[in-house]
Amino acid sequence: MKTIVLHNNLCTGCSLCEVICALTHFRENNPKKAAIHIKRQFPEPGTFAIRVCNQCGHCREVCPSEAIANKDGVYIIDPEKCTLCQICVGECPQKAMFIHKEVLCPIKCDLCGECATVCAPGAVEWRE
Amino acid sequence: MFGYGGNCLRVNLTKKTTEKTPLERDFAAQWIGGRGFIAKLLYDEIPAGANPLGPENKMVIATGPLSGTFWPSAAKIIFGTKSPLTGGYGDSNLGGRLMAELKYAGYDIIVLEGASTERLYLVIDDDRVELRDATSYWGKGALETERLLKLDLGEDYEIATIGPAGENLVRYANINHDFGRQAGRCGMGAVMGSKGLKAIAIRGTGGIPLYDPDGLIKITKNALKHITTHPYFERFRKYGTTDITDWCQQKGVFPTKNFAAGDFAKQVGLAPEPMRKNMVIADKACFGCPLNCGNYTFSKKYGTYLDGPEYETIGMLGSNCLVDSIEEVQYLNYLCDDLGMDTIAAGGTLSFAMECVERGLLKEEQLDGINLRFGNVEAMKEILGKIARREGIGRLMAEGSRAMAREIGGQSGRYAMQVKGLEFSAYECRGAPAMLLSFMTSDIGAHHARSWAIVQDMDMGRDSVTGRAELVKELQTLRSLMELFGVCRFPWLEVKLDFDTYVEAFNAATGYGYSREELFRISEKVWNLTRAFWLREKDGFGRNDDMPPERVYEPMPSGPTQGMKLTEEKVGLMLDEYYGLRGWDNNGIPTEKKFRELGLGAVYDNLKRLGKTV
Repeated sequence: MKTIVLHNNLCTGCSLCEVICALTHFRENNPKKAAIHIKRQFPEPGTFAIRVCNQCGHCREVCPSEAIANKDGVYIIDPEKCTLCQICVGECPQKAMFIHKEVLCPIKCDLCGECATVCAPGAVEWRE
Repeated sequence: MFGYGGNCLRVNLTKKTTEKTPLERDFAAQWIGGRGFIAKLLYDEIPAGANPLGPENKMVIATGPLSGTFWPSAAKIIFGTKSPLTGGYGDSNLGGRLMAELKYAGYDIIVLEGASTERLYLVIDDDRVELRDATSYWGKGALETERLLKLDLGEDYEIATIGPAGENLVRYANINHDFGRQAGRCGMGAVMGSKGLKAIAIRGTGGIPLYDPDGLIKITKNALKHITTHPYFERFRKYGTTDITDWCQQKGVFPTKNFAAGDFAKQVGLAPEPMRKNMVIADKACFGCPLNCGNYTFSKKYGTYLDGPEYETIGMLGSNCLVDSIEEVQYLNYLCDDLGMDTIAAGGTLSFAMECVERGLLKEEQLDGINLRFGNVEAMKEILGKIARREGIGRLMAEGSRAMAREIGGQSGRYAMQVKGLEFSAYECRGAPAMLLSFMTSDIGAHHARSWAIVQDMDMGRDSVTGRAELVKELQTLRSLMELFGVCRFPWLEVKLDFDTYVEAFNAATGYGYSREELFRISEKVWNLTRAFWLREKDGFGRNDDMPPERVYEPMPSGPTQGMKLTEEKVGLMLDEYYGLRGWDNNGIPTEKKFRELGLGAVYDNLKRLGKTV
């Protein structure tokens, strides 16, 4: 089983994970379309919090359109079925479903692992 | 246009209008970005002889084609203007995240024109651009203003703001961003303040088009691999620029007591290791940076959070003022950041005033009764507040050390450590001639980043001046390109990422297909254009303006370079050689041939009409 392990204390807030995520999934240099986001908590307490889906599946349970399916442990949104009601966005325990005005369904991690390949401080770790 | 946000935003503070115009293709291809855009626009648009703090001055804020892209440390935005501190060409860059946000909003450049009598701030939310009333933020600290604006507008806005020093036109006021990144030099904050603009808040949701995204991904992933496997990577990541502190002390280049010496007896109190252990609470990176040089600290004594202090501040507010505690330096740095002024110029101005006090050139009654002696931290705190408010002695000190020396007179000018009016960065140069030449010939005044040659100085024979001119010219040419691309130089400098990799990434982003040599030529063109700006703006500009203060001719009193000194003859030799390599005459004026060769014929003609050429 593959998984992403987060170490918030190692995150430096550089955003390389966000940029490569959007480039990978949208072919666009635009971290606002990433499925991983860093919350910057400055000036106090001076910490970073990485938000990315942990594949808990709660979104599938709350989706009224049955647009989210489990494929080998990864929850994937079917953009054809998604009505962008955003219930999953509000319900996500990780706050890791993201909205962008140009994208027709919430943006969510599909566990491709690209983010971990560019994380220099090792805050986003890829485990098989 | 590949690599660009695609638009220029003009903001007229007098008329309170904003105008979005497409970035012109030829202009972008010829000037690339960042400092290139700035040099061109400032020369063309600011009327000759403009008052730097008048409505006729302009400020150009520019990103480069790599800013905000998938490239290591693609995190520079440059602010340029006619400097109120030096009276000539001025620019200063900052990291953080502002550059990326501006491009995601669809802009490469902001031009600020005119001046408002009302207090305003600028909000850019993609296409929606507004000037809003800033009354409730005016008077507040820069760090506090950023915090409040994020609360009021949303945490996804990136903010650049001035503090009280900028509002009160302190000539070395800076612009703050990302709770600890500053466009520190040349008085950018004073120009923003003179225009009535407190802050700029930006949110962008768009992407940056890339010519060859797959190519850039590949180049960048290889670059990241190089960076993260370099032997210096972990150490630089851990200490950032503070790592150089011990080295500077050992080499005798750590500025001490207003550059009287290069080694500080109590340097141990400013060393990186105890700072890391006792104060650093997080490693903070600018956009896209694997090197995260930002040391985010907390002071238990003062309760202050700060990005820093960085090396330059440790030197200028620490050893150079004989302050021997990193926690005190952190707090002085915090004061400078929140008041909104450059720690380098503030440190240099304070140490100059302290020396004047010690030599009896400044009397205690002139200092509002403050005992401004070297090492007196309480006095420094009080004076910094007075400078920012332009109160009492602060009125004079807000003008910078060169203007102070003119006012104080006597021999004081010897000890005002500045070139062109800009205070030295934190390197004592008597045993580092290339660094001195870098300060002398930098086109903004005595700043370190144009050509940081001090490491090479150690290997080239410290009391020899051979080869220095060539080295400085090479560094100035290459490093300028970093600020045209809109990226930080640290991956190249600290972990030796090959410059050709930058060229590849630049071409993958833009599709320009420029060679290294073509880029160097553009860099040289920019360097000559900023020289032309000085020529036009300062009567009689030339060799004299490149000369250092006379203190550099005194022998080193202590440390590893004890007894070493530079002579006027040696300094003159370096300068002659440098001018020769630049194709300038022996007064430092670019020749007609050089201007025309670089495609700056129109600039030459303009200068000739004004009677400003050879």
